[in-house]
Amino acid sequence: MNFRLLNWFKYASPGTFYPLLDKMIPLFWILTAIFAGLGLWVSFFVAPTDAVQGDGYRIIFIHVPASWMSMFIYIVMACWAGLGLIFNTRLSGMMAQALAPTGALMAFLSLWTGAFWGKPMWGTWWIWDARLTSELILFFLYLGFIALQASIDDPRRADKAGAILALVGVVNIPIIYFSVTWWNTLHQGASVSVNTAPSMAHTMLWGMLLMALCFWMYSIAVALMRVRVIILERESHTEWAKSRVGVAI
Amino acid sequence: MNPLFGMIRRDLLLVMRRKSETLTALFFFIVVMSLFPLGIGADPVLLRKIAPGAIWVAALLSSMLGLQRMFAADHTDGTLEQMVLSPTPLYLLISGKIISHWIVSGLPLVLLAPLMAIQFDVDVGALKIVVLALLLGTPILSLIGAIGAALTLGVRGGGVLLSLLVLPLYIPVLIFGSGAVYAYSSGLDVSGHFSLLGALLIMSGIFSPLATTAAIRVAIE
Repeated sequence: MNFRLLNWFKYASPGTFYPLLDKMIPLFWILTAIFAGLGLWVSFFVAPTDAVQGDGYRIIFIHVPASWMSMFIYIVMACWAGLGLIFNTRLSGMMAQALAPTGALMAFLSLWTGAFWGKPMWGTWWIWDARLTSELILFFLYLGFIALQASIDDPRRADKAGAILALVGVVNIPIIYFSVTWWNTLHQGASVSVNTAPSMAHTMLWGMLLMALCFWMYSIAVALMRVRVIILERESHTEWAKSRVGVAI
Repeated sequence: MNPLFGMIRRDLLLVMRRKSETLTALFFFIVVMSLFPLGIGADPVLLRKIAPGAIWVAALLSSMLGLQRMFAADHTDGTLEQMVLSPTPLYLLISGKIISHWIVSGLPLVLLAPLMAIQFDVDVGALKIVVLALLLGTPILSLIGAIGAALTLGVRGGGVLLSLLVLPLYIPVLIFGSGAVYAYSSGLDVSGHFSLLGALLIMSGIFSPLATTAAIRVAIE
């Protein structure tokens, strides 16, 4: 095969990516539903009641996936932002823009469920410890990114300015991730780690992983739906976009 | 003349010709500091305890006041565009602007802080730590702030947006800066906090002018 036939940038154009979106979005919604069903079933009915924390620990099935996603989405967003700056592709900026609200939602969920978990377990809604504070900073970073993009009228400039901000803020991610290792605080250490056996029952771990997959699929599905709207908005001057939404040309 | 020093000299000259803007930020610092005893109560024990945090918060806010001025005037009259076009590396010119911003808005805070600390009844040992931490920390504020200032150049509602972008990034400086003083007053080793502040300074010193330069190119094009 002629190597040049393999066009790496084929789907970098909004026009060719748009039809693909129509196929991908239903797929990811179906996956979300499957993983949500399985994950919720395991986390409510299969996973045993915790010896110390009772049934209250079941917040973990929302809390941990949301926290993971909040960090991971930021990294993905920063990667898209970096790609956009390097290759000057329009779609990269759109992807970054589409991911930001979902990431902010995940950071908010993580803080919110954390507060609900903290009240019965630690006896406090909020404590200014390293992990909570750095997660809060992450939430602010998302808000800053969204606000910056919203206040610049020219979409190309908004993409680039947002990209620089996203890349600057990415410094915070390792700080959150390792905060429980670096500082000994109230927040418990990581429950799951690559090197050691997880410090929890297997069914609990499975519930958490299934829920994480569910959050993952949900984030992809929602981000793609948002990107579809952004593409239509920005490409509204083109013929194909007009014919898509049924405007008479 | 070396372009870096030329830039610093030019910006300082400009500030000297119009002193009121800079002095406003300094008075803002003093006023904010005076608000704390009025709001919280004049209990000396409590004041001594909150002094480091209060000094840092006031320093953060007042150094943010001057940020918008860093590039705004040069952007409106086209000077910034000439800097981008000039054969001198933009990195150097921007570094010069950041340094002069620190000399104007950060250094006076370091010098004023002991005076404020005395008002809060802080003892001499802790005072030294406050000044040292500010000396290491305020350049970081100028460096990080420059990125925000460049990103919000000519943007609607730039001032409020700038604070939303920059304040979250200031938080580590605040934590380690005031943490050093708290560690000292509780008899712990302060070198860790200073090392972290130093590391932040070096990191932001290298990368912030790069990010600022990129942001300015985006704003100009």
